[in-house]
Order: sequence, then structure tokens, then C-alpha cells
Amino acid sequence: MMTITGFIALYIFMLAAFTGYEIISRVPVILHTPLMSGSNFVHGIVLVGAMVALGHAETDLEKTIGFIGVVLATGNAVGGYFVTERMLEMFKSNKGGAK
Amino acid sequence: MTWQILLIESVYFLAAALFILGLKKMSSPVTARGGIIWAGVGMTLATLITFLTPNLGNVGLIIIAIMIGALPAWWLALRVAMTDMPQMIALYNGMGGGAAASIAAVELIKGSSHSLTVQTLAVLGALIGSISFSGSIIAFAKLQGLMKRSVIFSNQQILNLILFLVTLGLGAYVIYLGSSASITLIMVFFGVALVFGILMTLPIGGADMPVVISLYNALTGLAVAFEGFVLGNAAMIIAGTVVGSAGTLLTQLMARAMNRPVSNVLFSGFGAKGGQEATGDSVEGNLKPIDATDAAIMMAYAEQVVIIPGYGMAVAQAQHKVWELTKTLIDRGVRVKFAIHPVAGRMPGHMNVLLAEAGVPYDIISDLEEINEEFEQTDVTIVIGANDVVNPAARKNPESPIYGMPILNADKSKNIVVIKRGRGTGFSGIENDLFYADNTRMLYGDGQKMAAELLQAVEEL
Repeated sequence: MMTITGFIALYIFMLAAFTGYEIISRVPVILHTPLMSGSNFVHGIVLVGAMVALGHAETDLEKTIGFIGVVLATGNAVGGYFVTERMLEMFKSNKGGAK
Repeated sequence: MTWQILLIESVYFLAAALFILGLKKMSSPVTARGGIIWAGVGMTLATLITFLTPNLGNVGLIIIAIMIGALPAWWLALRVAMTDMPQMIALYNGMGGGAAASIAAVELIKGSSHSLTVQTLAVLGALIGSISFSGSIIAFAKLQGLMKRSVIFSNQQILNLILFLVTLGLGAYVIYLGSSASITLIMVFFGVALVFGILMTLPIGGADMPVVISLYNALTGLAVAFEGFVLGNAAMIIAGTVVGSAGTLLTQLMARAMNRPVSNVLFSGFGAKGGQEATGDSVEGNLKPIDATDAAIMMAYAEQVVIIPGYGMAVAQAQHKVWELTKTLIDRGVRVKFAIHPVAGRMPGHMNVLLAEAGVPYDIISDLEEINEEFEQTDVTIVIGANDVVNPAARKNPESPIYGMPILNADKSKNIVVIKRGRGTGFSGIENDLFYADNTRMLYGDGQKMAAELLQAVEEL
């Protein structure tokens, strides 16, 4: 994999932190829950890491833990997506939206 | 760089960009739906391309693990009721934290000769991920009602502090030993971290859970970012850090909406200290019951009615009936508004989602600042399933544990009707002065049933 060395990593970290802060700073209260759910989905990217960890696991113990990791990470990503999607679906046609 | 790595890195780069754009879109109601789809595309691409990773073994195991993880999560996410969303977020978030901790465990057990920095980040990610995992599971159990609301015992904070220091010490020792750390030591470290996550969350009361879940969400993000450093995966670093900082800010915003500093949430059992004092002394007067017909007459001949919905309404699945009632009143020429407290429901914005589900249009829903000026001109305020958010003790009684929390000033309207199942206190366990006020009437019963009775009574007038 690409090697990300000390200071470059630190720069990435700093810029990403500011980005996250900026994204949230002007959000209406009504979107707090969906946004929390959405960001919960985004850290489901841990799945790619878990896949790599399991993919390079050698002993049975490593494989077991790696396997658990992939199961958990998939749950995070898949569950996070559908929960957020369902929540945001509520926001589509609010004007005159009586059934 | 081989073409494989170039392709993988390009897709990770694209995924990171899609996550950021997706989150940006999710921060506005108009574009929010598109946002999650963008992020979803990023996630799918990143997952698929990872199969091209050079020397990736155990591919069969990976696919099986993905299926085992995906199917129940997908099934549950589509079926769970909107009211139960907060605990689902807690659950899925905990899984992410557990996954980050698993990655760390595999890396540490392998003992690949990492640099000191990488080893430190692996251990930190392991610590944070484990706490987020076990803490979120406890949060889930509490919100799901599987567990008593809060567990408080003497010297709890001291025990937690000691345990935390032990966890840090073990972590430092693992870092110090580097690749020669034994598997047993690593396992003990993880075990203690998990136990700490449980003990840290146990004393926190249900009303504070949204803040806690949001905090664990941010922590999981951070853990993912740290493990991203360990694996040299830029997509994980960026996505994890963005979530970490966005989640931290969101946690602060939520805590501010409840007027409780985050430290306060974490280190004091809510209602444990102030709660008992507030119950005995401040309540005067009687609870005055009313029946649905009388309440309906009050509403039908009012000029302005404000409805304050709380979590109780959502639990009773009353929002559809309430909306029907609202429509009937509007047809009669009554001005009806919904007043939403920032933390109504279980999380900020949760109530808006629930009302939107019932079809209530946006323009008659007001937030706290808008509506508080209008209560004095309001003839009838209906409080349905809400409690703490209308408790005037937050304005008047400095002894009360909720003192200083912004509330909806329902007590200033001409008449108040409280629909409530019984005489119990609210989620926080605090007595509510509003219910004893001279202009308050109590309509006892299940939210949905009472809304239906009110609707029928109004229609018959």
C-alpha cells in the first residue's frame, strides 16, 4: 500500500478535521439526527481496513478476529446506510404532504 | 506503483471526496437525500476495489463475513420503527468501533515491526474503538429498554478512573514492548478497555444518551482514522477524521441544546443528586383531570392551538391521529402550530423526522425561539407525551437538575391540556410543576387513543 509518512499524515489529519468541522457548523437542528446517522455510515469505511486485515491474516486467531472485524464493519456500513436513507426519505415532499 | 495500487488509490481518493460531498449535502434538508446516496456510492466502490489488493488472502472468508454482517443489518434497518432509530445508530456505531478495534488487534498480534508512531496509533485506536464498541452496546441496551436506566454505585467514579488508568498503563506497556508484546497481554488490554467502556456508560441516564451516542460516533471516527494510519489507508484516515471532528461538534451542539456541558453528561449520574430534592419541595396544587369532550370543545373554539409533541406521542404511535386532529381543527379555522423542542424525541431533530413521517407539513412546525413568543396569544396548548421540555422548573427553580435548560414556555399560554398515560415522572425522573398549574388540565390515557377521542369529539361538534 501507499506509505503515508509522518508529517503528510499530520497534514491530512488536520485538513480533514477542519473539513468535518466546517461541514457541520451551520446545520439546522432538524438535521442533527440524520447527520449523525450519516456520519455513522461514513465511518463504515472501516470495512476496507477490516478486509485488508482479514486478507493478510495468517494464524487462526488472526483470522477469527479479522473475520469478526469484517462482520462488524459490514454491519456498520450497511445498517448505517439504510437507517440514514429511511430517515432522509421523510424529508422529500413536505409541502402539502398529507396522505 | 503497479496499476492495481494506482487504481485502488484512485478509487479510495474518489470515495473520500464522495464522503465529504455527501456529508455536505446532508447538511441541508433540500439536498440531504442525495447526500447519503453519494456517500453510498463511495462506500460501494471502495469496498469492491479492495478485493484487488495485492496478496489478499482469505477472500472466501471475507465474502462470507460480509454476507453475515450485511444481511441482518439490512433486514433490521429496514424494519425497525422510526422511534427506535437512535438505538439502531448506537448499535451500528458500536459495530464500527468494534471493527476498528479488531483491525488493531490483528495488527498488534501479528507484531509486524511498526514504528513507534504507528504502534502508538494502533494502540490508541484499539482503546478508543473498544470503548466505543462496549459503550455503544450499553447505550443500545438502555434505549431499547433491555436495561435499567442507570446503574450508580458508591465510589463509581473512582473505580472508573482507576480502571481508565490501568487501561492506559497496559496500552503504554504494549507500545513499549512493540512486536514482542505477548498475545495474552494484548488480550488483557482489550478486555480491560471493553470493561471500561461498559462501566463508563452504565451511570449515564437515558435522557443524556443522544449526547453519549454522538460522542461515541465521533470516537469511532477517530479510531477508524488511527487504524487508517496503521494500514496506510488514506480513505480511512480522511473519512474517520471528518467524522471525528464533525461528530465532536455535533456532540457539543446537542449538549448545548440541553444546556448540559459534555463533561457533566459523562461524569454525573443525571437526576441522581438533584432529583430527590426537586421532587418533594417545589410542587404545589393538584392535578386536575379533564375528559376528551371538554378538551375538544376548548380546542375547537380556540383561535390558536399549539401542540407540543414528545417522545411519548411517538411511542404511542399517535402522530398520525394527531395530524388528523390538526387537519380537522384547521378546517374549522383554528390556527394550529407544532412546537418542537430541540431535544424532543430522543435526539435533536428526531421529532421532526417522526412528524414528517406522519405527513405534517414543514411550515406549521416551529422551533423553540419562534414559538416561545407566541404562547401568550395561544388559547390552548396541548402537551402530548412531552414532559421535561415544558417543565417551568428549568426557568424558576435553581435547585432543579434541569435548571437553565431552554424550555417551551407552555405555562404562559391561556390553557394547557396535558395528555399523559399516568402520573409518573418523565424520562429524567423529575416532577413537573406545569402539571399542577391552575390553568393546566390532565387528560389521562394512551396518546393514540386520546387523540382519536379528541378527533371524534371535535368532528361531532
